[in-house]
Amino acid sequence: MTEAAAGIDARDPGLQPERTRLAWRRTTLSCTVVAVLAVKLAVSDEITAVGITGLALSALVWIGFLAVAHRRIRSLSPARPQPLSHRAALLAAFCTIALAVFGAALIW
Amino acid sequence: MSDFVQSLRLWFAPQRIRDEGETPDYRFSLANERTFLAWIRTALALVGGGFAVDQFLPDLRWGVRVGLALALLAAGVLCALRAVNHWVRCERAMRRGEDLPGSRFPAVLSLVVAVVAVAMVVVVLFGWAGR
Repeated sequence: MTEAAAGIDARDPGLQPERTRLAWRRTTLSCTVVAVLAVKLAVSDEITAVGITGLALSALVWIGFLAVAHRRIRSLSPARPQPLSHRAALLAAFCTIALAVFGAALIW
Repeated sequence: MSDFVQSLRLWFAPQRIRDEGETPDYRFSLANERTFLAWIRTALALVGGGFAVDQFLPDLRWGVRVGLALALLAAGVLCALRAVNHWVRCERAMRRGEDLPGSRFPAVLSLVVAVVAVAMVVVVLFGWAGR
């Protein structure tokens, strides 16, 4: 009984940190798919300077998102993790918007 | 409008939120974070949909194709911005012990997605395909 109580105290039985980690992983996967689509958009027919620039920027944004997600996933390992930092939230949103802007520039 | 500017200032002033109220149960913060991530995924899906329209409907007229793609991309950008805004506002409301903020955004977004979907069905079925 006391063991169970100690376990509950140490780790949330609702697995909130785990669920949040998996949410970050899902989001990273979505970002990967979108980045791949962006790369396909950039180098579809022939290789141009604009295409290479788009590819490089998309890859950079993808790596940026990966870094943010990785840091956050690591910071969720304590039993009572800190809330998400503003910087991480803004960076995640910025990466999404950057991919949209690159895509719009390439489509246009 | 001033409401919007005020919450925009909150985006870049985490200290001002941390000074208010008291830290909520970490589980609530994590739930808020997961909601934020779900909205980011929605934004990424809209952006991906915009790319897909451009890539996989090459027979459409240029204007229709680019119009649809840019509409989806714009919706994705809005969705990402709104994700941050809603996350910040929920975070502040939880610290202050207020009700969570309501929002019309989900209704507006679902209407926009429905309109784009109907437009795409019409475009593909009735083949406004001349180039």
